[in-house]
Amino acid sequence: MNLEPIFQNLVYGLFVGGLYGMAAVGLSLVFGVLKVLNVSHGELLMLGGYVSFTLFDAYGVDPFLSIAIAAPLLFLVGLGLHGGLFRWVMRLHEEAKIKNSLLIGFGLALVLENLALRVWTADERAITTGYSGEGVTLAGIVFPYTRMSGLVVAFMAVMLLHLFLTRTYAGRAIRATSEDWEAASLMGINVQRTYVVAFAIGTALAGVAGTLVSLGYTIAPSIGLAWTLKALVVVVLAGLGSIFGAFAAGILLGEAEATSIYVFGASYREVVGLVLFIIVLLLRPQGLFGRRVR
Amino acid sequence: MLEIRDVEVAYEDLQAIWGVSMEVAAGEIVVLIGPNGAGKTTLMRAIAGLQPPLRGRIVLDGAPIQSLAAHSIVERGVVLVPEGRRLFAGMSVYENLLLGAYTAKARAAQAKSLRRVQEVFPILAERRDQAAGTLSGGEQQMLAIGRALMSLPRLLLLDEPSLGLAPLVVRDIFEVLRQINRDGVTLLLAEQNARMALELAHRAYILEQGKVAGQGTGPEMLASDHVRRAYLGYVTAGEEASEK
Repeated sequence: MNLEPIFQNLVYGLFVGGLYGMAAVGLSLVFGVLKVLNVSHGELLMLGGYVSFTLFDAYGVDPFLSIAIAAPLLFLVGLGLHGGLFRWVMRLHEEAKIKNSLLIGFGLALVLENLALRVWTADERAITTGYSGEGVTLAGIVFPYTRMSGLVVAFMAVMLLHLFLTRTYAGRAIRATSEDWEAASLMGINVQRTYVVAFAIGTALAGVAGTLVSLGYTIAPSIGLAWTLKALVVVVLAGLGSIFGAFAAGILLGEAEATSIYVFGASYREVVGLVLFIIVLLLRPQGLFGRRVR
Repeated sequence: MLEIRDVEVAYEDLQAIWGVSMEVAAGEIVVLIGPNGAGKTTLMRAIAGLQPPLRGRIVLDGAPIQSLAAHSIVERGVVLVPEGRRLFAGMSVYENLLLGAYTAKARAAQAKSLRRVQEVFPILAERRDQAAGTLSGGEQQMLAIGRALMSLPRLLLLDEPSLGLAPLVVRDIFEVLRQINRDGVTLLLAEQNARMALELAHRAYILEQGKVAGQGTGPEMLASDHVRRAYLGYVTAGEEASEK
């Protein structure tokens, strides 16, 4: 039996899974800290993709270089969106906060999608660099450079986030706020400011993910919802509270999809994630790597 | 130091505090006793800025603080050890202590404060890298107090520090509180454990149904009929007579 296609599939699963993880980390951070499910996360990812596409298309900027522009730019977008929209729901009590933040998220998703439609049209875009399509071949299995680098960049971004959250005062303030915002405010932490920073970081992470998506996958105004759903599945798989957990769960989903393509055919790819989602919710509602809620 | 004037506090549509006035002078240990549900916790939360009062003034060293956010009140040196301790359970003992020293002023003194806290509670040095949620109840209370000390409080508010602890541990904790006070920190303590609290107190207030129902010095309160009947468990008239 020829094992090459199986392994090739698993390798692609690893690469796409890294992107799922990358897309989920920002959503998980925002959800964990603000207790707000930002359903426009996928649209923010799309924006990041268009930033790198535009930089490449108009100025020939290498997409890996444009991360250094897309991430700060999306950070600023995050500051603006929180200040203009999400800030207003943060003081509401739990139920009203969830409902209103979902409404804001869906509204924002529509606005961003239509904005992208006007600015970049409905055409599907992707970046094809001089080195796209090249790669190393090991034992008959291809490792494309762009996707390998994408995985490395995603892992580095997650690593940086981890160091920031565990080694700096601002990062510890974010973790404290996510555990117990009242106790955090009793430490002298300005909780409202922590929310802003966490939201902006989450948006910047979506921007990085978008840049990686624009490289080897496609960007279009309508991709937002699909990415939000992928990220949501990954967050539920991982559980809250673990950054690396979200990344690992992303790779798990990527591999599960890759395996299912080989076993059941490509048309069942989307089903696998949802089946995993339901199984985890039934058997381990705190997620694979999540803290059990006391 | 702290002056509370005609304060009223309500949650949604339920009012818990009705026109409370009290004072805490610098260097004092003031105790707030009262039954469960009397509003002790609510009053503490109002002072700390977690539950802004509906009406009335809370004045710290002449400046009103009743409309400040909780983090600004910490910066002014008023620090609450909340009911139930509210540690960051998933973080290590060390990280909890570091978070205590979050404000700019406290951060500058962090190393010194850490040494002092570990001197007062050596167990916290031993358990440095352990997750706070895995500590015993007494150790958790010590960490909660240690964390608050890291914020360099001038006025330390403690809400039920004896809750759920063994009597011997409570004794240790109260001894530490006495020592903290001798080091110059003013204490306001809400307690159901009235006897131990009143023995520690310079002055005390009784809070009943959201109102001040009595006040006096610690010894006065220990001798008061009302306090003895309602909070110290003396029931028979004969016993009361023989105590006098």
